[in-house]
Amino acid sequence: MSNLNPTPHPKERRIIFENISKPGYAPDIETYLANGGYESLKKALTMKPAEIIDAVKAANLRGRGGAGFPCGTKWSFIRHDDGKPHYIVVNGDESEPGTFKDRYILHEDPHQLVEGLAISAYATNTHLAYIYIRCEFPQAAKIVWNAIKEAHAKGFLGKNILGSGFDLDIFVHQGAGAYICGEETSLLESLEGKRPYPRIKPPYFPAVLGLYMKPTIVNNVETLCHVKHILRLGAAEYAKMGTPGDGGTRTMCVSGDVMRPGIYELPCGAVTLRELIFDVCGGLKPGRMLKAVIPGGSSAKVMRAGEVYKIKSKAPDGTMVEKELPMLEVVMDASSLQSVGTMVGSAGVMVLDDSRDMVWALNNLNQFYAHESCGQCTPCREGSLWMSKMTTRMLDGGGRASDAANLKNVADNIAGRTVCAFGEACSWPTQSFLEKFPEEFAAAAK
Amino acid sequence: MIEMTTRQADHVTPAFEAEADELVSHYPVSKRSASLPLLHLWQNHFGFVDDTGVEWIAAKLDLTPINILELVTFYPWFRREAAGRVVIRVCRTLACAMAGSYEVKEKFCEAVGLDPHSGHHGFGSAPPTTPDGKFSVEFVECLASCGSAPVALINDDLVEKIQPSEIASIVNKLK
Repeated sequence: MSNLNPTPHPKERRIIFENISKPGYAPDIETYLANGGYESLKKALTMKPAEIIDAVKAANLRGRGGAGFPCGTKWSFIRHDDGKPHYIVVNGDESEPGTFKDRYILHEDPHQLVEGLAISAYATNTHLAYIYIRCEFPQAAKIVWNAIKEAHAKGFLGKNILGSGFDLDIFVHQGAGAYICGEETSLLESLEGKRPYPRIKPPYFPAVLGLYMKPTIVNNVETLCHVKHILRLGAAEYAKMGTPGDGGTRTMCVSGDVMRPGIYELPCGAVTLRELIFDVCGGLKPGRMLKAVIPGGSSAKVMRAGEVYKIKSKAPDGTMVEKELPMLEVVMDASSLQSVGTMVGSAGVMVLDDSRDMVWALNNLNQFYAHESCGQCTPCREGSLWMSKMTTRMLDGGGRASDAANLKNVADNIAGRTVCAFGEACSWPTQSFLEKFPEEFAAAAK
Repeated sequence: MIEMTTRQADHVTPAFEAEADELVSHYPVSKRSASLPLLHLWQNHFGFVDDTGVEWIAAKLDLTPINILELVTFYPWFRREAAGRVVIRVCRTLACAMAGSYEVKEKFCEAVGLDPHSGHHGFGSAPPTTPDGKFSVEFVECLASCGSAPVALINDDLVEKIQPSEIASIVNKLK
């Protein structure tokens, strides 16, 4: 638990991490029940499924896994009475470098996930769900299994849940060390027992042709936990915590060169980058200057310290005006980060100070993507390896004048040319590092 | 006396098979979905997956062996040869690397008596392992604990904020 300070920062509002923060909080069901557990499920079972989906929509809950898709909209793609089996698959494959929140929910408060999942299943007429947990969390798999068994014994899962007539079975499924399985269609292939090559969309949107070619919802662990709190607090109250279009709280994972790295659960849009680094996380290490921030997991485009963005927005009279926005004043929510050309992604914020060599940092990420490319699409399979080889050679003193242009050329020919978003994920670091720190790549080429 | 063979499948017990059947029952729609769970069960029990393991799992799920072998060769977790009884997996990715994970991995290798520069090429091979079969050390990609970097997964336990100076004593406790 060394990533979570027991005392929240004043800017934090802990909802997902409220229980986990309590001294002596244990992952068993008695502790959970003593802390208001399964009350939201009881409430849900008295509601109509459509009312729950409407509440999730009104709460402006966006997915917390990386893509940030509005959760209620995703659910409404499933037709309640289409006569087909529906499935929910929980994405607990947390593997995006910089992200480490779901680990704590799975280990410390598994019933929160089980309850959120049960509510979500009821809302979408789903009777079978799987929780996909990466195998590098072996204890989490045991803890979540145990929670499922406890919930069964108390009648919160299984046949005729709490006398409502609603049935749900949940099983844990462990991954086997592949980052690609965090991509939702790859995850489904993995769960079907096949090589986890992502499926092409269209036509294989999970909501249409998902697990076993049936309508399927794939949601991140944290996202489903939020559903419980939307019912507990009410959609309006929940939405109010965030910004329009990005409701509730978001768990930010801060790592790298700050005094207090860790998990911070903040209302969406509550802090700027400056407040996050210099207030919430206690600033940089003594004598250091900020150099760069990767704001949303390693795939998010890097931000350079000191840069000023030009943001176009509509003035009250309807004309478009351009506003200057310094890097540290960017608000850490989905739309603000998007407007400056990057993303909130999985909210994994990696901070780099002036002691860091950007060619070295990019090479580390390039090696990650080269290792994790599944190999299905040629541009990604070959390109991720080429990028990694080039940056490794630059670091080893073999840089050439043509390297920066070649790196850019390779990256530009991966993004948009692959079956899944891994192509973008592995190109964006190279594209953005080259664009933001050209002088370091030029120096490495000499 | 049972003749010992090197064929893993010859050592499958009724209890093991019952556990396998229980796992298959978690997938009422398609038992092919039990491929990964059975591979985990096999590797946890036997230490690695040999040809007879691939064949046994395939037969259990009405598949052909290639359906299982293609998973063993895809996923980094599975191996076709024995690793050490203690597997030390040091996180290599950015936050951990910034916090010194390359030095941490080297120190672990030195502490257990492995060449710090020996590579691990995957594709089912075991990570570098000490001759007595006690320790394996390898780099793995992000373990999702970046705020407490550098970290390592030692068998089932996550060790956080590893100081190079404490590595010798961590290893001594595992001996």
